This record gives sequence, C-alpha cells and structure tokens, in this order.
Amino acid sequence: MPTTLKSPAPVHETNATPEGDAVARPLTVALAGNPNAGKTSLFNALTGLRQKVANYPGVTVERKEGHWQLAPGQPAAQLIDLPGLYSLDANSIDEQIARDVITGRLASVPRPDCIIAVVDATNLERNLYLVTQLLETRRPLVVALTMIDLAGRHKLEIDAARLSDALGVPVVPVVATQRQGLNELAEAVLEAAASATPPAAGWRLSAEAERELTALAALDAPANGNGGAHRDAATDANARRYGALVELYAEELPEAAEHQAAVASARARLAEGNPRWWQEPLLARYNWIEGVARRTVRDHKPGRTRRTDRIDRFVTHKFFGPLILLAVMILILQTIFSWAQLPMNLIDGGFARLGGLVRATLQPGLLTDLLVDGVIAGVGGVLVFLPQILLLFFFISLLEDSGYMARAAFLLDRLMRGVGLHGKAFMPLLSSFACAIPGIMATRTIENPKDRLATILIAPFMSCSARLPVYTLMIAAFFSRQEKLLGVLSVGVVIIMAMYLLGIVVAVVVAWILKHTILKSPPPPLVLELPPYRMPNPLNVLQTIRTRSWMFVRRAGTVILAISILLWALVTFPRMNTTARDADSGVATATSTTANAPGEHATTDERAETVQPAAGASHVAEGLDGDAGEQIRQSYAGRLGHLIEPAIAPLGFDWKMGIGLIASFAARETLVSTLSIVYNVGGDATAESDSLIDAVRNARRADGSPAWTPLVAVSMMVFFVLACQCMSTIAIVRRETNSWRWPLFMVSYMLVLAYIASFITYQGGRLLGFS
Amino acid sequence: MVSLSNNFSDIDTAGAPAARTERRAATTLNTLAHGTEARVVSVDGESTVARRLMEMGVVPGAPVCVIKAAPLGDPIEVRVRGYHLALRRAEAQTITVVTSDK
Repeated sequence: MPTTLKSPAPVHETNATPEGDAVARPLTVALAGNPNAGKTSLFNALTGLRQKVANYPGVTVERKEGHWQLAPGQPAAQLIDLPGLYSLDANSIDEQIARDVITGRLASVPRPDCIIAVVDATNLERNLYLVTQLLETRRPLVVALTMIDLAGRHKLEIDAARLSDALGVPVVPVVATQRQGLNELAEAVLEAAASATPPAAGWRLSAEAERELTALAALDAPANGNGGAHRDAATDANARRYGALVELYAEELPEAAEHQAAVASARARLAEGNPRWWQEPLLARYNWIEGVARRTVRDHKPGRTRRTDRIDRFVTHKFFGPLILLAVMILILQTIFSWAQLPMNLIDGGFARLGGLVRATLQPGLLTDLLVDGVIAGVGGVLVFLPQILLLFFFISLLEDSGYMARAAFLLDRLMRGVGLHGKAFMPLLSSFACAIPGIMATRTIENPKDRLATILIAPFMSCSARLPVYTLMIAAFFSRQEKLLGVLSVGVVIIMAMYLLGIVVAVVVAWILKHTILKSPPPPLVLELPPYRMPNPLNVLQTIRTRSWMFVRRAGTVILAISILLWALVTFPRMNTTARDADSGVATATSTTANAPGEHATTDERAETVQPAAGASHVAEGLDGDAGEQIRQSYAGRLGHLIEPAIAPLGFDWKMGIGLIASFAARETLVSTLSIVYNVGGDATAESDSLIDAVRNARRADGSPAWTPLVAVSMMVFFVLACQCMSTIAIVRRETNSWRWPLFMVSYMLVLAYIASFITYQGGRLLGFS
Repeated sequence: MVSLSNNFSDIDTAGAPAARTERRAATTLNTLAHGTEARVVSVDGESTVARRLMEMGVVPGAPVCVIKAAPLGDPIEVRVRGYHLALRRAEAQTITVVTSDK
C-alpha cells in the first residue's frame, strides 16, 4: 500500500554559503493535524526522548519541538509539533500561531521545509479539510495516514495510492505505536523538501473570487512582510496568492492599512453577488473532499454500531452518565489526596534527613543555616509537590487520550456555562481541591484564553489540602468540645464543610464577575468532537508526565526556591544579641545558632498535619524553644508582624498571628509551624499537638484578654479560604500566563477579598454578640 | 477539478433548496428527534460560529443525525461525516436541515 518512493536524495539547500558551495543543513519539519488523530503518538515515536516544550514568545501557546533522525548520517531534523487544529483559519491563537509557523512568519521559528499532515483514516473527510488548507499554502506536504489498524477493524478500506494521486502528495500509512511506516515517512519528507514542484489545490473558486484574489495578490510588494526571504519568483507568487486568500476570507480586516481598503471593497463586491460569499472556500474544499473520499474509501460495514457507541450508551446516559462522572471524580480526588501521601511523606522525610546530615557535617553558622533552612528546605518544598502533580497528570493524560474527557465536558457543559465557565474547566477545578498547582497546569486544555484565565484565577478558591492543617488546628482548639448539630454532625465538621462551600461560592461569583467585566468575551461555541474511545498509549502518558513534571520543577521551582531563601532571611535576621534575653524565655546560655541538635523535622503519617516549614522556622525551633521564639519575634518578620498589626486588628488578629500570616503567604501550612515557634512550643508541633492547642487557647494579648477566641479562629479560617498564600501557585500562574501581571492581580484581589470577608466575619460576629 | 456555482447544485443530486422545501419541511437541527437522518441545507447565524461548524464538516449537503442530548438537555450529540460532534442547542438552531427519505 505505501506509494513507491525513490531512494532518499541527499539534502541540499540552494542557499549558497559564502564559498559558493551547497551545504546540507538540518531540515525543519512541522507536524500538523486534528486533535485525536494520533499526532502525539507519531511525534513521540519520531523524536523519542529528544523533545522540549516551551512557549511561543509573548503568548501562552505551547511550542513543542524535538529531534528526528531522518536517516543515518543526516543531521537530525527539527520536528515542530503544532497544536492540534481543525483548520488554519485564525479562530484562536493556536491556529494563528500554527499558520504563522507554516508560512515562516514567526521570526523565532525557521520556515518548515516540509509539513507532515497527520490524517486519521477513520475520519477521513474532516481530517482532509486541514489538508486542503495546507495544500493552499503550496508548501511541501506529506500525508501520514494513521489509525489504519483501527480502520481495518471497522472494515473501512482506504486506498492510499489513490488518495495520493487525488491529493497530489505522498501518502504514507503509519502505525506509530508499532513503528511501522516511519522510515517511509522520512524518505517522503526528504524527497518533498528537495522537490521543486509544490503541491497545488485541486479546486477552483468562482470567477469573481479568483479575480479579486489576483488583484489582491498584486498589491503586495515582493517582500510580503514575511520573516524569511523567498528564493524565487514562483514561491513569491504562491506566497502572495496565499496571503491574499487568507486576508480576503478572514473574519477581521487585515492590519495593513493599504490592504484594508482593498479587501473591504473586494468583500463588498463579492457580497453583492452572493450574501454567503465568505462560505465559498469552505464549500469548495468540502466539495472536493467528498469527491476524493468517494474515490478512495470503501466502507464495507456501513451502519455498524461502533464499540464507542455501545460504551456511550452508559457514559453519556441521562442517569448513569453523571453517576459515572461522579465516581471518576471521587476516584481521582481520593487518589490524589491519599495515595500521594506516602511518597510526599517520604520526600519530606528524605529532605529532613538530608538537612540534618548537612547540619551535622558542616560547621554551625549562618551559611549552614542558609543551606539547610533556605536551600534544602526550599528545594524540598518544591519537590514535595511532585507526587500530586505526577498522579494528576497521569489521570489527565489517561482521560484525554482515552476520549473520556470530551464526554465529561459534554455532560458538564450546561452546568459550567451557567456559572460562566467552560465545560473543560471541571478537571482543573476538581484537581485544585487537592492542590491548585497541577490544577492550574491542567487548564491548558481550555482553548479560549479568557476562559482559561478565568479558570486559573479562581482555581485557588477550591480549598486545597494545605489549608487542612489550619482548619484542623482551629477546630481542635475551639470547636472540639461542642455538642453535635442535629445530633449527628459535629460542629467542627460543619465548619470545615462551610469553609469548602465558601470557597466554591466565592469562586462562582468571581468567575461570573470576571466574565462580565475584564475577561468579557462572547461565550465561545461548544463545537466539541467526541472522539472514539481508545486505549491510551502508555508512552504518551509517560511522556506527558515527564514533560509536565520537569516543567514544574524547572520553572516554578526556581521562583519557590528564591522565595524560600528570602523568607529564611526574614525570620533569621537581624541576629539576636547573644547575651540579651527576653523575660519569659528564662534561659541564659548559648546563642540560638549553636545549640541546635541535628534536625529531625516532624514527619508524621498524615501529610495534612505534617509540619514542613518553608524556611528558617525549623532550625530556629530546634534547641531551646524560648530562644527560637524570641529570635523569630525579633526578626524582620516579627517587626513586620508588629507593623501590620493595626491593619489586621479589625480582623481580630494580633501581631503574633501577623507573623504567622506573613510566613504563611509563602505556603499555607507554615502557619502551624510558625505559630508554634512564636508561642514557644517548638517547631515539632503539629496541628494536633496538645501543646500547640493549649498555647493557642491560652495566648494572651497585651491587655490580658485572650488572643484567640472561637470568633477569631473562624475569622482566621475565612481568611485562609480566600487569600492566595502559596508562592508555588504564584509561580505556576506566572509560568502559565507568561507574565507577572496576572499572578500579581490574583494575589491582590484575593487578598482584598480575604480581608473583607474576614472583616465581615469578625466584626459581624462581634455585633451579633459572639466573642 | 470541481468548480463551485452559487446555488450548490453540484453537491448532491437534490434540486435547489427551494424546490425541496415544498416537498419536505425544512427545520433546524435542534428540533430533530433522536435518530432522524437529515441533510444540511444551510448554516446561518453569526459568522464565527458558522465558520467553526462548517470547518467541522457541517456544510450544505452533508448528512447529519442527532444521536442524543446531555442529561440537562443541552448540548446535543450529532453524527456528521462519520464522527460525533457535540454542540449547543443555540448553535444547532442556526443549522437548517431537511429530513432524508431513508
């Protein structure tokens, strides 16, 4: 079935070097195709592990590239995996970038020498639409025909040779998972890139349209604003004609002023003859495609019930569908919450031991402290997220590749749209109940940038697992001895549920506001393919996990590490005077820097209660608790606590809580450890330690009144529900939105909301008579 | 090579849409009962949505069939060109169809 090919020609470029010789240079090849067409499997098969993922400059579109060894002895080609597309018309930024890459308009990406169009054999007509548009660009093109095994099982016969004749380009059947057809593909690409005859579109538009196009093409000066210079007049003419085609039929008018008037009048003339003039290319392409399909496809079992349809009888069933979805969600949450615990504890413990080892080996001193409490604690703080991220992306990959994700979006769309969100937002938001970081990374699947941004901005409101230690401490200290409400639920559980609910409600309201103000955009149409169910490819899953985790570690990790060190500095400096002592510590020997036993950070079973301070607090806590408490109270962090006390007093907080708040802006769970140090309880306390609970209950203000009351506790919890206290989240939002503007906006508006809510809670509670 | 004329008469063996309407009522996709086979007559509505639909293969002359609706009634799942597509009723309403003979 593969078309006959000549032996691969050596790659020569007609660009002469200064010496006048032709030089073989690495090819640039672009991979285009519909989503779910098997493009990723092919990309992975061709590049193996030699891939890298980045962003195109200035936008959030992912740039995925790899090295493809076309033939032994040749330099490896640069293979660019374009975003999955149904069409090149710039409906979204993905499509715009793809077209810019293909036409060589992006300065940062060399113009591809050849394009591989991945075509799904089981879905030929729709897949060929993109091919027709690629043919219009008149760039070298090769078609990789995928899913032929599946087509065989469906008794769908595709004649690749005939298809190749009809299209005018080579058609290479491939089975990426079994590495079949890959060599033939490489040969076809080499040949196409070297060929002088570009493919042509096999259809014509109406005479009127052709006239307008010719006139528009003549407008452009030879350079045509393209990033790269063209080599000859024919290629120039093709490029101009393609440019004219794009401009005439685009949704908007072109940017260049000279073109605007010409295009506008051309459109007006065409519209006079036919109000639906703009549909002409779409119809022409599909018309031609139908002819091609008639000639090349034989369906030996029309009207068969696909296995997919049988499965969908349940999965999108009115009743069973939502049930199944709920079960899936619960399974994912459960896994991320509990199965991630063990590895997370191991990582925690490992870093603690490493810290202890370093401290035991090196000279005690500031540098050691920086190393252990700043760097090692910081790095550990980053890596501890890995199990959750790995697990989450494992599930996402599984759900996407199998085709279930589309069904979930289908079931949830009506609900999510009611609150102004996209159907695909459910997965990121669900994940955020465990941890917002993988959740935010998962918003990639939402194509519309404004919808995606809205989802990112509200994801932190889903009460994540890091808030649990705070809730636990507050409940244990002030609500554990209450009677049960309704005889069944303890007040503590009700309060925690209320906090979760508060987060969700606020998220919904904020999403609604965002979509009606700054992120206002017309609700994008839901035109969503429900792909056939497929067994996920394990290699793809592994590759996804690997790429995402590495991205997280490298990008977010650097920011988190920097902030960890900063925080360490804030609680360590200025150094406490070694002879001065506070009245209530009552200890008269040694400085806080020398008397520390090798660290044994708390590593309890439940990560939710594990104390892993982000910086500084741990070492300061070892040894003499009083010293440690005094150190932190006198540090810059302590001074800041005093500084902000007037601001947080209306919320019911005092300056010691202020220190906790400041520290917890890096990571929520540090509130517990910070408070335990501030109250001289020692850094090993957890949210359930009686010592800490007692200390909290007995803490007194300057005037002798209790520092903490149940109302203050609730106020603190409300603050934690709404404030963005996670530098990892900030770092990941920065990475995903490619700017600092949105993370800063997120922190600010969440802080304002948290303040207001906490204010209302505390003051309102006071007014109502609670204390 | 196929050249396109303005009244789509090359696309299938049916006559001009006007003649068809007299024989069978044209309706919109969102009103079709589940399982009814139909053919697209035209895609109207706002151009962004219409483009998107047409790119996905919903062009005049294409066969379509409504499979089912989501639990809350919206969106609906249709089969077009051999694959399954989910779209909202509001979008389906912009697609005029005629039911087929079969």
